[in-house]
Amino acid sequence: MAVKHPAAPAARADRTAPRSRRARGEWVTHAALILSVLIIGAPLILAVIKSTQTSSVVLSPSLLPGGAFFQNLSGVWQDANLGRYMLNSLVVAVCVTAGKTTLALLAALAFVYFRFPLKGAAFTLVLLSLMLPTEVLIIALFDLVSRDLNWANTYAAIIVPFLASATGTFLFRQHFLSIPGSLADAARIDGCGPLLYLTRILIPMSTNTIGALAVIQFVYAWDQYIWPLVIMQQDDRQVVQVGLRRLIEVGGQTDWGAVMAGAVITALPPLIVFTALQRQFSRGFALSEDK
Amino acid sequence: MLSPARSRPAPDDAGSAVFRGRALPWAFLLPSLLILAVFIYLPALQTLRLAAYRANVILGTEQFVGLANFAELLSSPAYRQVALQTLVFTVLTVTFGLLLSLGLAWLARRPVRGASTYRLLLIYPYALSPAIAGTLWLFLFNPEIGLVNQLLGELFGVRPRWLDTPALAFGLVTLAAIWKGLAYNIVFYLASIQNLPRDVMEAAEIDGATPAQVFWRVAFPLLSPITFFLVFTNIIAALFDSFALTDILTRGGPYTGNAGVTTFLVYQLYQDGFVNFRTGAAAAQAVMMLALVAFVTWMQFRVGERRVHYGS
Repeated sequence: MAVKHPAAPAARADRTAPRSRRARGEWVTHAALILSVLIIGAPLILAVIKSTQTSSVVLSPSLLPGGAFFQNLSGVWQDANLGRYMLNSLVVAVCVTAGKTTLALLAALAFVYFRFPLKGAAFTLVLLSLMLPTEVLIIALFDLVSRDLNWANTYAAIIVPFLASATGTFLFRQHFLSIPGSLADAARIDGCGPLLYLTRILIPMSTNTIGALAVIQFVYAWDQYIWPLVIMQQDDRQVVQVGLRRLIEVGGQTDWGAVMAGAVITALPPLIVFTALQRQFSRGFALSEDK
Repeated sequence: MLSPARSRPAPDDAGSAVFRGRALPWAFLLPSLLILAVFIYLPALQTLRLAAYRANVILGTEQFVGLANFAELLSSPAYRQVALQTLVFTVLTVTFGLLLSLGLAWLARRPVRGASTYRLLLIYPYALSPAIAGTLWLFLFNPEIGLVNQLLGELFGVRPRWLDTPALAFGLVTLAAIWKGLAYNIVFYLASIQNLPRDVMEAAEIDGATPAQVFWRVAFPLLSPITFFLVFTNIIAALFDSFALTDILTRGGPYTGNAGVTTFLVYQLYQDGFVNFRTGAAAAQAVMMLALVAFVTWMQFRVGERRVHYGS
């Protein structure tokens, strides 16, 4: 079973038999974990290796890393528009993440610190939107955005429809409810308005939740595929996920070294965001799990 | 976090009213509500309307047909096959995906040396998009130049046509979807396992329960709320996130019976809406998927409240 307190075995050093069994169990755990990590990581590890090989080696079974990563990358970065796709995706993901966080904070502020008619109805309306994924709305959304709003091939088309966040509103609301109400009372008595309270008190107290949410929302926005695929007909406005499909299609013969370099680069921004906010990510969840 | 116990809409009086103002809360809510109304609820209503019409793109005309679009879909062998394939795919990915991630999270919960590194390596693939997953698997399982076939060819002298053989293509997409979902599930299972009540677990150990008994009789029931939440999110992911994966990996093919074997509901909707320009048929499919999501959500609340053990 789990070793709950790492210090415990040392305290019972006289009992050697259980300890050696425990040590053996630990090695089995290590072996099983290493194997799992390798199997799960295999597609990505192989992609990274293949992305560094020259086009003559990439189709062979060789698994030796080469030195051609930047050569592979520069091919697709310019000729296949990858640089442009990356920029578009970055603009969209940053705007959606910032917008969703701001709007969700404001909505949670209203839901937790105000009493107003139809509050329950408004909250239900926000939550119910979780049941309406883009994929289901895509036919009508396409008509609305391209024909009625005339937004086809603009950044607005892939940013604005995604700015409201039910998950964010819900999580911030949960988090605000866990902050003692007396704090807000004291702030109000001192003449602090709701917006000031939000920016000076609530946001500094919510960094974990904001961080956790930012990871989820950045990844969600970065991964968008079906909507950009239908609404962006102009290639220089396309996002990188759909761009990957174009990389595979370029010419008759796919340059797999270049495609793998493209896939690796596409995976980088979410990985960077995830690494940077990893602490907040796990804390933000653990916190709301406890409370 | 979003465990089912707490995801019910809170009553009106949740939270005390601290700040006053009639218009102020609505001003804070306005941006969110406006976006939801224009880009979620309006298109939802519009989808309902479109489903009752047959549109002609070339002439730009619309003709009211009532429920004819639905009747056509339900009687179409191709659509029935697609629905059945989606069901099998969903059941397989959700079942095996959750079992595998629970097992891995249970393994990674142990406080061995380097535990946090293992955990990090297990949840890193969360940052890979379905489109990247499709691209990587497309290369790995390419019949001629893919590493998998080069390996199989060397060792066993076989080079399966992964993407052209219906059974293999279906299995491949299912496996890729399970792989793609692992990290997300492990994040939630790890968090829940670390929050299991220690006294209960230790009591079971002291009473002489074997590791298997501790897992199945104590931990598994205590984890049922998160399992239940994950079943729900995984069903939704299998229904919707599979689009990018299949679009890159198999393009819905290979064709068998009346439809492509990896053509699932969303892929069919996309094909009808944006390739074949059968707007009415696509809208009708959207309405049926909406009913499906509503049904799954309803099930989550109904079954969830009765059968799931919510711990202390």
